[in-house]
Formats: sequence, structure tokens, C-alpha cells
Amino acid sequence: MSAEVTGIETMPPVHYLNVNYGWRSWLFTVDHKRIAWLYLIAITFFFIVGGLAATLMRLNLIEPQGALVEPSTYNRLFTIHGLIMIFFFLAPSIPAVLGNFLIPLMVGARDVAFPRLNLLSWYIFMLGGAVLLYSTLSGGVDTGWTFYTPLSTTYANSSVMSAAMGVFISGFSSILTGLNFIVTIHKMRAPGLTWFRLPLFLWSMYATSIIFILAMPVIAITMVLLMLERFLHVGIFDPALGGDPILFQHLFWFFGHPEVYVLVLPAMGVVSELIATFSRKRIFGYSFVAFSSVAIAALSFLVWGHHMFVSGQSIYTGLVFSAFSFLVAIPSAIKVFNWTATLYKGSISYDAPMLYALGFIGLFTMGGLTGLFLASTAIDVHVHDTYFIVAHFHYIMVGGAVMGYLGGIHYWWPKMTGRMYPQTWARLSAALIFVGFNLTFGPQFLLGYYGMPRRYAVYPPEFQVLNVMSSAGASILAVGYVIPLVYLIWSARYGPIAGPNPWGAKGLEWTTASPPPTENFKVIPIVTEEAYAYGAKG
Amino acid sequence: MQSEPTIHFTDASSWATQWQHLFNFLMGVSIFFSVLIFGLIFYFAIKYRRRSKDEVPPQIEGNLALEITWTAIPTALCVVMFVWASGLYFRNAVPPKGSTEIFVIGRQWMWKVQHSEGVQEINELHVPVGVPIKLTMTSQDVIHDFAVPEFRIKEDVLPGRYTSEWFTATKTGRFHLFCDQYCGTLHSAMVGWIIVMEPTDYARWLSGNPVNKSIADMGAELYVRYGCNTCHSTGLGPPFVGLYGSVVKLTGGQTVKADDAYIRDCILSPSSQRVAGYPPIMPTFQGQLEEEQILQLTAYIKSLSKAEGQGKEAAKQ
Repeated sequence: MSAEVTGIETMPPVHYLNVNYGWRSWLFTVDHKRIAWLYLIAITFFFIVGGLAATLMRLNLIEPQGALVEPSTYNRLFTIHGLIMIFFFLAPSIPAVLGNFLIPLMVGARDVAFPRLNLLSWYIFMLGGAVLLYSTLSGGVDTGWTFYTPLSTTYANSSVMSAAMGVFISGFSSILTGLNFIVTIHKMRAPGLTWFRLPLFLWSMYATSIIFILAMPVIAITMVLLMLERFLHVGIFDPALGGDPILFQHLFWFFGHPEVYVLVLPAMGVVSELIATFSRKRIFGYSFVAFSSVAIAALSFLVWGHHMFVSGQSIYTGLVFSAFSFLVAIPSAIKVFNWTATLYKGSISYDAPMLYALGFIGLFTMGGLTGLFLASTAIDVHVHDTYFIVAHFHYIMVGGAVMGYLGGIHYWWPKMTGRMYPQTWARLSAALIFVGFNLTFGPQFLLGYYGMPRRYAVYPPEFQVLNVMSSAGASILAVGYVIPLVYLIWSARYGPIAGPNPWGAKGLEWTTASPPPTENFKVIPIVTEEAYAYGAKG
Repeated sequence: MQSEPTIHFTDASSWATQWQHLFNFLMGVSIFFSVLIFGLIFYFAIKYRRRSKDEVPPQIEGNLALEITWTAIPTALCVVMFVWASGLYFRNAVPPKGSTEIFVIGRQWMWKVQHSEGVQEINELHVPVGVPIKLTMTSQDVIHDFAVPEFRIKEDVLPGRYTSEWFTATKTGRFHLFCDQYCGTLHSAMVGWIIVMEPTDYARWLSGNPVNKSIADMGAELYVRYGCNTCHSTGLGPPFVGLYGSVVKLTGGQTVKADDAYIRDCILSPSSQRVAGYPPIMPTFQGQLEEEQILQLTAYIKSLSKAEGQGKEAAKQ
């Protein structure tokens, strides 16, 4: 059974999209829903740029000697792909688009706590993005998104300064967004909306915001130190100047590993909503899922050293980080089991968002299980810095975070636009993405197991077959990404009118009109039940 | 010759075999849980598909016994993995006593190998089968990584310090050597071969090389050429006989073990770890000595810690 769009629904005459017109009404808006659109358009642009870089990389790897570009160009491609996808697509994707749109609606408020700060966050984000794009246009940067020293500070002969500056600036956008969300969730919940009545999406956004506030300052500081060494030759990381290159890795991964959870925690929140709605059930073990988010956020700060098992770090340090890395796997496993159990005796429909959610669980499970290999010090010694790592983190970041994001976009699209997209196309593209994804990154696990290093522009000929398979899969994945872009844009204007609650979902955001009025609710709601009261009639 | 190149991937070191057992265990656990989760999702999604528009399924809050079960079982499995992996990692962290030491220097974008017997190689490393080999590694510029997939070994090669890794090859043949830490433009060209030979073939290969000086002998030449002897053989600076491996007392009152890293630090920044009782007169050799020359000097100093070395030292004076 798919979403019921009966044709009897009508659009509200005035809503946040048509309340006023003109570019000023968008670029100077303080409405969280319009700011969400600003982010949506910006990150879609960045996704296309990062995706084009990946396309060129996969094309190049069809031939062992490089089918397309010189190694120096290839190195710039994977660097910009990583920087854009991590800092300018994945990190803002669910928090800044769906979080911005939904948090006030879900807590029953008229806006976030600091609407002007929210707009400022977007401008900071765009400034950071512009500086990063400038670095690409002014010759590109070839250090890898990890900026390892002393390569980045002393030896790289590319636009490192502007790339580091772009990352530095964009961090402040995340910090301010996190601050805004934390205050909104604490102070602006509608009467009766207690913590344990909150949708799980809000728990995960809360955990994400804490990571934003604690981790982003560290990357900002690290980028400043990097720029100081590169520009003024202050000896911090380069041993030739009296510095320590391992110090950089500690700082970078102290930010970098929590950052991974910034990408996947929001997707976990989205998936919790989707599973509940499309099984018509409250989430199995609500409090276990909620506290797992908090546990993941806390533990994420204690595992950074597992990026450094072969860096020359002491073996005792390695063992401690290995233990914490195993520990962080437990709450993730608890979530997967609870989602699966929610399906039990549910009323399961196969609408497109649900296909994304089920795809997420499958891919995240594989990404998580391969994480156990990397947490095992002995195993990591061989697979570290190979394609095994590349495959693993793409299963988490693309299989996990991007599937969650697309699932969320498909789920809340009728709320954002008031219109529904064609379900058949949506289901088809969800299936294409799942299949294409596995064909792209599945062979990379094998390549890594056989020892093919990551970041290689050319490679030994025996690895060609698996690389061609990966590139072929990527072409299917690309088609899967282009189709939604087309039908979503089409549906925003021509799609059938969705009505306030096309999925029959619970939650405050579905009690107001689609699209909602600028003030979200005519009257601030009074909450008398939990977010997943699917047993209650009506 | 035109046949399709096939992937050559074996367990070619003693460690690789132990590694493979643990890997297979992890694969088993992963496949079990993947099948379990995928199976349950498919089963539930089909069995409990929505049959009517107004269906209201029974609401289940949760189940504490289940939560405890699926927390405890993964935790127990994680403990097993942690103990197994850590034990393996820990036991193999230190090379066996009497390992043959070979020196590796990484630079953008090549591997330089220096055998104790004096033979030097570029992007190739010849070793005998069945003999534990310890690699002492450093970099001249950025961070590199010396990885041999068929030995399942890998360790970063850092500028400004020594790292090491070891292996005992169990098969003869040619095995890929990769730089696994991204090191700049031609990172993917920083590759080479490990050539594992029968000990007799290896001995023949070593003797077939035109070098007739060990690296300790090369170090002894540098010792004179750079004027080290003017102080260190006259009592103005601390003597080198018996130095290597001993515990040295520094001016600050601390003590330090005289190992490769200590000797390297003393050559490059002499004031940082000055031996108690000697004046601060030694100049730095930063920028004057190549990494391999430092290794040669270290090998020379090391040779003086043996009885045989004392004769040489005496002969110089």
C-alpha cells in the first residue's frame, strides 16, 4: 500500500513558501524552514561537485596506468572529493536541512531559539564553501582531506592555505547550528512534551549537536596551527622545524572520529522515524535507542587513536583505543537489533522512504561489522590505508548517512513542499542506489583485503578487474542519484497535493498544514502522548 | 604473456598465517550477523506487510530480556576479538632476538634499502626465507608507510625518528611492496618488490654485489671525515666504546638508554641530551648528514660496543 493521495486534499492558501516573494525574502529570511531550503540548495550543489570528482576518479581507475588524468590531478580529485563530501555535504546534510526544518516543528515551536544566528550560520557556511572552491580553482589542493603533516605544511606545492581556511570557516557554521539546536530542544518544547516523548530524531540531533560544539573547535585550532606552520614556519608538526607529525594526527582524529558520528547519528535518527511510521509501531526499546545515541556521542571522543595503530604510536596506547573502539560498536548493534525488532508484528508498507530505511540498516550493518576488523589492532595492521578502509567508511557514510538523508528527504518532502513525488520512480531509484552502491564498494573490500593501497592513481594490473567492477557499479549509483533530482524538482511544482499527513504518521510536524504556515502552528500544541502513539485511534 | 594477470595473495610470513586465522574468525562472525539481520528484515517485511489501509498493529514497548541478550552477546564477542587481536598484536610487537637488521629510508618517491653488509638497493629488498628480519625505518621528508600485503605487515615511516617492523618470510618469491601512507604526487609510484630467496641463494646474491664494506666500516670512514674523532677519540667528548645499549647520565640528571634514536638525536641536536661531565661544544650536523650516513655512524658506534670493536678503536688511536 502506498501513500494515499486522494486528490481531495488542498493546499493551504498561505504558507511559508508563498507568504512573500523575491530574493530578499529568501536571502534575509529568519524562518528556519526557508533556511533549510537555502542549505538544501547549497549542499545539493556541493554534492554534485563532489560527485563529479568521484566520477572522474572512478573513470581514471578503469585502467591500471590511469585512463584519464595525471597522478597530480588524481590527487587533487580525491582531496576535493573528501573535503566537499565531508565538510560541505555530509556534515550539513541531515542536521542543517532536515534538522533546521524539523526541530521547531517537532518540539512544537515557532522557530529555533536564535533565528538570526541560524541565518548567520548559513552565510558562514557559504563563505567557507566559497573559499574552498577558490582553492580548487586556484590550482587545487593535493594533501588528501586529512592534511597530514609535514606533507601539508612543508612539502605540498598546492593551495593548502585556502583549503584549510575554508575548513576553518565552515566549522563555525556547525558550532552555531549545534548551539541553536541544543537550546531549542532544551527550552522550546511545547507544554507536555517531556524528554521521553521526543521523537528519536531529536535525541540523535541533540547528540550530534553536542559533538558539533565539542569537536569543531578542535579542527579549527588544528587548521590554525597548520596554517601557522605553513605560512610562518612555526615548528609545530614538521620534525625539521622541531615539531611532531604525530601530534597533528592526534588533533585531527580527535575531531575526525567524532565527525564520523556527526555524519551517521542523524541518519540513525531519521531511520528510527521511518521504521516507526512505515510499520505503524512505536520503536522497540525506545529508551535503549535514545541512550545509545548519547553513548555513541560520548564514546566517539575516546576512539581517535584507532586511526593510528600503524603510525608509530605506542602499542599500549593502541590497545586502549582498540578496547574503546569495540565498546562504541555495542550501542550501534543495539540500535540495529531494536530497529529490526520494531518490524516484528508491524504493519509494513513499502513506500520509498521505507526502502531507504531498510537499505540503511543493511548497509550500516555491513559497515559496522567491517569496523570490528579495523578495531582489531592485529587485523588493522594489514588492512589499514587500503581499499578496505575506503569501502568500510563509504558503507557508513554513503550506505549509512546518504541513505538516511535521502530517506528523510523522501519522507518529509510532502511536508516541505506540500506535494508528493511519483512513488514508482522513487522506489526504482532507491533500489538502484542500493544495488549500485554494493557493486561500487563491495569489490573495494576485496581490493583492500588483497592489499591495494588507497589514494593510488595507478595500480598493479592484477587489480584491474575489481576496479572495473567498482567503476561499473558507480555508474549505476550515479543514475540512482540523478533520478530523484529530476522527479523531486518536478514534483515540487506538478506533484499531486499531499495534504497534512500523507503517511498517517504520528508526531507534531504532521499535525500542521503541508506546507506549514510561517509560524508553524496557529496555536502552540499541548502534547499529551508520546511521539509514536500508533496504538491510539485517530 | 598476454594472459590476464591474476591476483597473487598468499600467507608468505609466519605472522600472515596467524593473521589469517583471526581474520577468518571475524569473517565468520560478520557473515553470521549479516545473514541474521538481512534474514529477519526480509522475513518480517514480507510476513507483516500492510494488508489493509486501517490496520493497527499491536504495540510492543520493548523487552528487557531481549535487550540484555543482544547487548551481552555482542559484548562477549567483542571481548573475544579484543583479547585475540591484542594478544597477537602484542606478542608480535617486538622482533625476536637475533633478527637480521636491515635499514629502510623512504623519500619522495622511492625506497632506499641498506643491508648491514653494505649492499644498497632501491625499491627492492632481498631477504632469506625463514630468517627473522627487522626493518629499522626512517623518512627523509614526509610520512611514508612500508607495507607488504602478503606478509600482512605495515608500519608508517616517519621523518625525524625510527620506526620498525619485522617478519619471517615463509615462502620464496616476489611480493609487492607498497607505500601505504599518502605522500604526495607520485605516491602510487612508490612501490617495489620484496624478493625472498633460499639462504644459499641469498648468500650468493650478497657476495655478488660489488660492495666490500659493511655499513659499520662506512660509518668509521664518516667518523674521521666529519671530524668526530677529534673529540670523541680524545676525551673531549664522551667515548663511543661500549656506549651503545648502555645507560647514559645526562647533564640534567636524567638517564637515557643509548639506542638508535638517542644517537640520532645527539648528532642532529647535540645540546638537547648532553652527557653529564662534558662541555657543550658539539655543533649540530643537521642538514650535513643524510639519513643513511646517520645510520652508518650508528652502526659504527654499535660495532664499538662489541669486543671486536674495541680493537678497531684502539687501532685508530
